[in-house]
Amino acid sequence: MKPQAFDYHRVEAVAEACQKMKDIETRPIAGGQSLGPMLNLRLARPGALLDVAVLRELRGCQRVQGGLLIGASITHAEIEDGLVPDNTGGILPQIARGIAYRAIRSRGTIGGSLAHADPSADWATTLIALDAQVILQRPSEGAPSRRRLHLQDFITGAMQTVIAEDELLTAVFVPDVPETSRFGYFKLCRKTGELAHAMAAVFGGADSADLRVVFGALPGAPMIQTGANALDPTTWQQALADRYPDMEGTEIGVRLHVMKKAFERSNTQ
Amino acid sequence: MQSKNDDNASVSRGVGASKVRKEDDRYMRGLGDYVGDMKMPGMLEVAFLRSPVAHGYLKHVTKPTDADQSVFVAEDLVGVKGILANSALPGFKSSEQPILAKEKVRYVGELVAACIAPDRARAEDLADNVELDIENLAAVSDMLGALDEEAPLVHEHWGDNVFQHTLVDGDLESIRSNAAIKIEREYRTARQCMSPMEGRGVLAFWDSRLEQLQVYTSTQMPHIVRTGLSECLGLDHEQIRVVAPDVGGGFGYKGILLPEEVCVAWLAMHFKRPVRWLEDRREQLTANANCREHYYRVTAYGDETGRLLALDTDAVVDAGAYSSYPFSACLEGAQVASILPGPYDFQAYRCSTVSASTNKPPILPYRGVARTGVCFAMELTMDALARAVGREPSDVRLDCLVKPENMPFDNITGKHFDSGDYPDCLRRAVEAIDLKAVRQRQETPEADGRLIGVGMSIFCEQSAHGTSVYAGWGIPMVPGHEQAEVRLTPDGSLEIRVGIHSHGQGLETTLAQVAEEVLGIDTDRVRVVHGDTALTPYSTGTWGSRCMVMAGGAVARACTSLSARVATIGAHLLEVPVESVVVADGTVSSPQSVKTVTLQDVARTWYLKPQLLPENVDAGGLEVTAGYKPERDSGTFSYACHAVVVAVDPELGTTEILDYAIVEDGGVLVNPMIVDGQVYGGVAQGIGSALYEEMPFDKNGQPLASTLADYLLPGATEVPEIAIDHMETPSPYTEFGQKGIGESGAIGPPAAIVNAINDALRPLNAEISEVPVTPQRMLGAILKAQLAKSEEAA
Repeated sequence: MKPQAFDYHRVEAVAEACQKMKDIETRPIAGGQSLGPMLNLRLARPGALLDVAVLRELRGCQRVQGGLLIGASITHAEIEDGLVPDNTGGILPQIARGIAYRAIRSRGTIGGSLAHADPSADWATTLIALDAQVILQRPSEGAPSRRRLHLQDFITGAMQTVIAEDELLTAVFVPDVPETSRFGYFKLCRKTGELAHAMAAVFGGADSADLRVVFGALPGAPMIQTGANALDPTTWQQALADRYPDMEGTEIGVRLHVMKKAFERSNTQ
Repeated sequence: MQSKNDDNASVSRGVGASKVRKEDDRYMRGLGDYVGDMKMPGMLEVAFLRSPVAHGYLKHVTKPTDADQSVFVAEDLVGVKGILANSALPGFKSSEQPILAKEKVRYVGELVAACIAPDRARAEDLADNVELDIENLAAVSDMLGALDEEAPLVHEHWGDNVFQHTLVDGDLESIRSNAAIKIEREYRTARQCMSPMEGRGVLAFWDSRLEQLQVYTSTQMPHIVRTGLSECLGLDHEQIRVVAPDVGGGFGYKGILLPEEVCVAWLAMHFKRPVRWLEDRREQLTANANCREHYYRVTAYGDETGRLLALDTDAVVDAGAYSSYPFSACLEGAQVASILPGPYDFQAYRCSTVSASTNKPPILPYRGVARTGVCFAMELTMDALARAVGREPSDVRLDCLVKPENMPFDNITGKHFDSGDYPDCLRRAVEAIDLKAVRQRQETPEADGRLIGVGMSIFCEQSAHGTSVYAGWGIPMVPGHEQAEVRLTPDGSLEIRVGIHSHGQGLETTLAQVAEEVLGIDTDRVRVVHGDTALTPYSTGTWGSRCMVMAGGAVARACTSLSARVATIGAHLLEVPVESVVVADGTVSSPQSVKTVTLQDVARTWYLKPQLLPENVDAGGLEVTAGYKPERDSGTFSYACHAVVVAVDPELGTTEILDYAIVEDGGVLVNPMIVDGQVYGGVAQGIGSALYEEMPFDKNGQPLASTLADYLLPGATEVPEIAIDHMETPSPYTEFGQKGIGESGAIGPPAAIVNAINDALRPLNAEISEVPVTPQRMLGAILKAQLAKSEEAA
């Protein structure tokens, strides 16, 4: 379990990083908590790794109109420990605390997790519930070319996103969470730190019809229902059965129960 | 964690003292020296290319260009024999395990080529470029399927897929027709992977001065590895030295000669350079460390009180593709038949066990060996009997357990129980878990909707069993007398040299405590030397919970002989008759003298001032090698009762352990703190067996868990606080009354936990009969019960 030889690049600025990304053999690495094992198992064999964990511009946070921009290379542990501002009333640190193990949280990054798009990742499901967005940047003549996508439009499948070969995920935008809102998250793991077998996040605004419910740890991308009926088990049962015709009834039942648990937590937290 | 050791609280020296382990200082400071820490000039690293398919004809291996001296295949290993581990049991079919596969590959992960480079990454690059031409064959991926008439054959010339069939026959006829109740169940235990923190690893080089192959390997049995290497490589024993340095856990996995060890040794001789292989986690999980996979079909007959009358069992053990050295492919199966009756006294017994060959890695003896599966089958059956008559399972057990007044007791398969009070053990466990309180709690629904259950298991652990037991199995290694050498050095410190190996058992401390008990020498003046064939007497090594009984006994005998020699010299120096002197507390004294002499005085006299020696001195000096066997070598029987309370979530299929209590009788405890540690660690592994650990294979024989993200081991948050209560019934046959107890913790948990889960699921009429209890299995059982109920209603 040793990786194939690769080049290692470290640069000072995002613009420079974007230039490096033009080489299609180059992959960005931040915390390396997913890519590292894939390299060792030789499931990934990039020609070069671009270390974005150290990029100053990706290590900052900024309050902006309506929310918070979190640099892609901010680690889970930094969020857990309150080293970055929190505009969610404690939701972000709470989610961070539940990610894998502390050793992984110390290195793994929020941007890396979203770009990797593991269906069982905590951030993908919970940040879709919070209606977060990702900021992507690519090299271009003159000014950098940026785009901004809602997270649910960014992740398209298991380990699949719409990111282009030469694009970098630079930041995550998390909208401010009003005090009156409710949030509940539950994931089913057999043991602490394990990749979840089912997860659900429930986010409700002041208005009871303003609901966002997200199911994660599915075979594919997280699924979302919004509006007054977002918690309706029958709707979810149908949606899951439509998307995954092979999914057994017991598994669907478990997922619905996980949603119930998430909802219960949203009432108490 | 709490342990009741009031009886031992006052003991601070020798046997019975809870001494801090001498070896912990280096382990805690990261100063241990493992194969992976070793570096030698010019050392080459090996990456093995392993078979990607479970079953196929190996037509051709194409080496990369210019890789003739860096990639090696079976044909290159001239003069090397495969590993042969036959058993003398009737009908045993022989299978030679090739060092590198030739003609056929029989499991995913079987070694095909060895690739050498200055570092592992480049060796793996080489392996990437080797081309394999394999004609795929249908794989035998399941032990029951292996027994079908149409099943493909793992070893074609056998004509079937049966390593060995063991039958313990009995007459059940009259009970069958008269028994009030009959219970029929099928049980399965998953294929698991033993997971010591350190995997396997071996570093070999040729010492041209000594003309000797030097092999540093992560093993529990250096002397047996030496014998195995001698057979495979055609070298004399004196041409091989095997060193087991610090070893990061064994659990049975390191009690096996691996083809990797033979191959690396050959490569070192071929290159006359140091060559090393370090197993990575993927190799350990997918290709090597397989164990535990059993199937049982049990029919139990009982009277109207649930008392067990007779047991009729057909068992199958999935032994994998080859017979591994030295325990063979049938040790597990043969043990199943002989130990299934456990601690129960009943009238009639029949057990047929088939050791089936499949296209999976060879099954290896994991801590507890067959006992964990056997305990699972027996103890679930006892609960089923109790359920059938509506009685408390612990009460039914009490009726069936062997009674203290019948000790020593020969059970239905001729196992000789040396001592103990099993009913008392069970009663104490019932009290420790507060059964009454749990039953009360169950009367009110839990606020969170979970179901509470309580379960227990009681079992015995035959350990340190010797010649009379193993001669019957006739495996390549039958243990005899265990030897120890003790050497008093000129400064009065003591060296103990033993052929067993300590890798977590604390034997560097406990064997020193034995010397302290006999000679009165402080343990910090005692050094235990182990793990080196050049420095220690021959031994079959560390396995079967044997070391404290066998090596402990040998150290005691050697120290006793040494004591007599010390007494002769001491008496002379004190100028008193030898009959009057006492050797104690590290000194020689006599009521006839006001003076005392120390061990150091005696040693200096023998080594450096021989002019002062008496005429009657023992010419053997102050170095003694002694051999030891207990009075009876049929094994000590330690035993324990595990009691567990769980909460299960019937919607999610999850289990949480709320309370865990153990009553354990390991005879006289040499170091109670170390025993507690052994039990805690074993229970953690047993919890893994019960709830988490499983190496699944698909129908093509592909292993489906290749990292620790897929193969779940319990961690700190999954292992609850455990209360241990010790009974100390001495064994009448051993030196201090001690019994082997190293495996006990890993035996009881699956049975106790699943009995607790089934107790919790009783209101739903659901029952689990397979470990690990994954959420899917639990929800499946609940669904099955619901369907049965609705069918009934319809």
